[in-house]
Amino acid sequence: MCILGPSGSGKSTLLRCINFLEAPDEGEVFLRGERVGFKDAVPQKERDLGSTRARMGMVFQHFNLWPHLTVLGNVIESPVHVLRRPRADSLEKAKGLLAMVGVADKMHVYPHTLSGGQKQRVAIARALAMEPEVLLFDEPTSALDPEIVGEVLAVMRKLVNDGRTMIVVTHEMAFARDAGDTIVFMDAGAVVETAPPEEFFTRPRTERAQQFLQRYMR
Amino acid sequence: MSHDLSIVLQHYTDFLFGLGNTLWLSAATLIVGSLLGCVVAGLLLSPARIVQRTTSILVDGLRCVPFLLLVYLIYYGLPQLGIRFDRWTAGLSALIIYHTAYFGEIIRGAWLNVSRDQVEAGRAFGYSGLLLFRRIILPQLFFSSAPLIGNQSIYIMKDTAFLMIITIPELTFAAASIQSTYFVPFASFLAAVLLYWIVTLAIERGVHRIELAAELRRA
Repeated sequence: MCILGPSGSGKSTLLRCINFLEAPDEGEVFLRGERVGFKDAVPQKERDLGSTRARMGMVFQHFNLWPHLTVLGNVIESPVHVLRRPRADSLEKAKGLLAMVGVADKMHVYPHTLSGGQKQRVAIARALAMEPEVLLFDEPTSALDPEIVGEVLAVMRKLVNDGRTMIVVTHEMAFARDAGDTIVFMDAGAVVETAPPEEFFTRPRTERAQQFLQRYMR
Repeated sequence: MSHDLSIVLQHYTDFLFGLGNTLWLSAATLIVGSLLGCVVAGLLLSPARIVQRTTSILVDGLRCVPFLLLVYLIYYGLPQLGIRFDRWTAGLSALIIYHTAYFGEIIRGAWLNVSRDQVEAGRAFGYSGLLLFRRIILPQLFFSSAPLIGNQSIYIMKDTAFLMIITIPELTFAAASIQSTYFVPFASFLAAVLLYWIVTLAIERGVHRIELAAELRRA
């Protein structure tokens, strides 16, 4: 699912309400039928939210890798300390993921030495290491140089083809059109239109969607 | 001069005893002061304005007073109000109180510098509470505050010298008493200077190692 819209429309906020990094004022979020953020209608504390969040992987616009850990360290960090998986298994899995995203040779370096595209691919591996049920992407390519955007989108396309559930906030229209199955269009803090990509990009129903497409599709 | 130096060398045990006291006073102040400094930092960052304001005033007040004055206040001043401490308690308390104020500011600064983005990533991956603090926040606090804490340790050690005024037998006291007994001022104080330098060098080496580790991770 791709969430599109002009800057300030509330796309990232909506995404962050899904894993309760922002607490929604109203409304409910369900993960496989269980309500996120609440236990028996009582709001959960951070500590309890943790276990739900661990089932949703997140990739941030500015990568947000942990600088005091190596690339490999970043990827095994949460599986070992949050999910409490054995270190050896996590290491093996991590190496496989890093190879899949194409940064296996950078395993033992610290994140600050990497390019933006490499950092984001590590971030994707880090999210995948948690074996999440959903992957949340918050403008994953917005902070990247245009030449590098492609390498990250390629990894994301691979994940789509693997059948992963992904919610992607993005400005990459081509990606949304080719890889998405649903487009959620937002403007001024509200969802304005929801449609499959073929419909949204060729026959947008609402005026705001039409205006948006005119401006951004060149 | 060589005669003076030989006298000083003859009494090396006095110097080492003094150095020993300097070292344990400094270490105790560093450990207790930095722990209390965390509490003070917490108060300085408190959302409750009264707590934050009061702590801020106290901390600034302490930092604007010469350390020697604080020692006098505690050792000579308090007995007038009925509170009497022996010289060791007075000396160590003065050191701890004074440097806790500085540690509070250091740790508060380091806390504010912790990257929100990385903490948010931690939360998104399921970290919370103590685990979040230990695995994600503390390493950053450590690397950013280490040079400042190293510097503060050197200031602590220098401040221990003031305690000779209340007859605590630390290193400067040892040098002063040797020189006044045997009339060997230059040699005696030079010996003390060299010993202070050795300790300072060791601290700076340690801090440098940490800075290198930080550089490796940061750029």
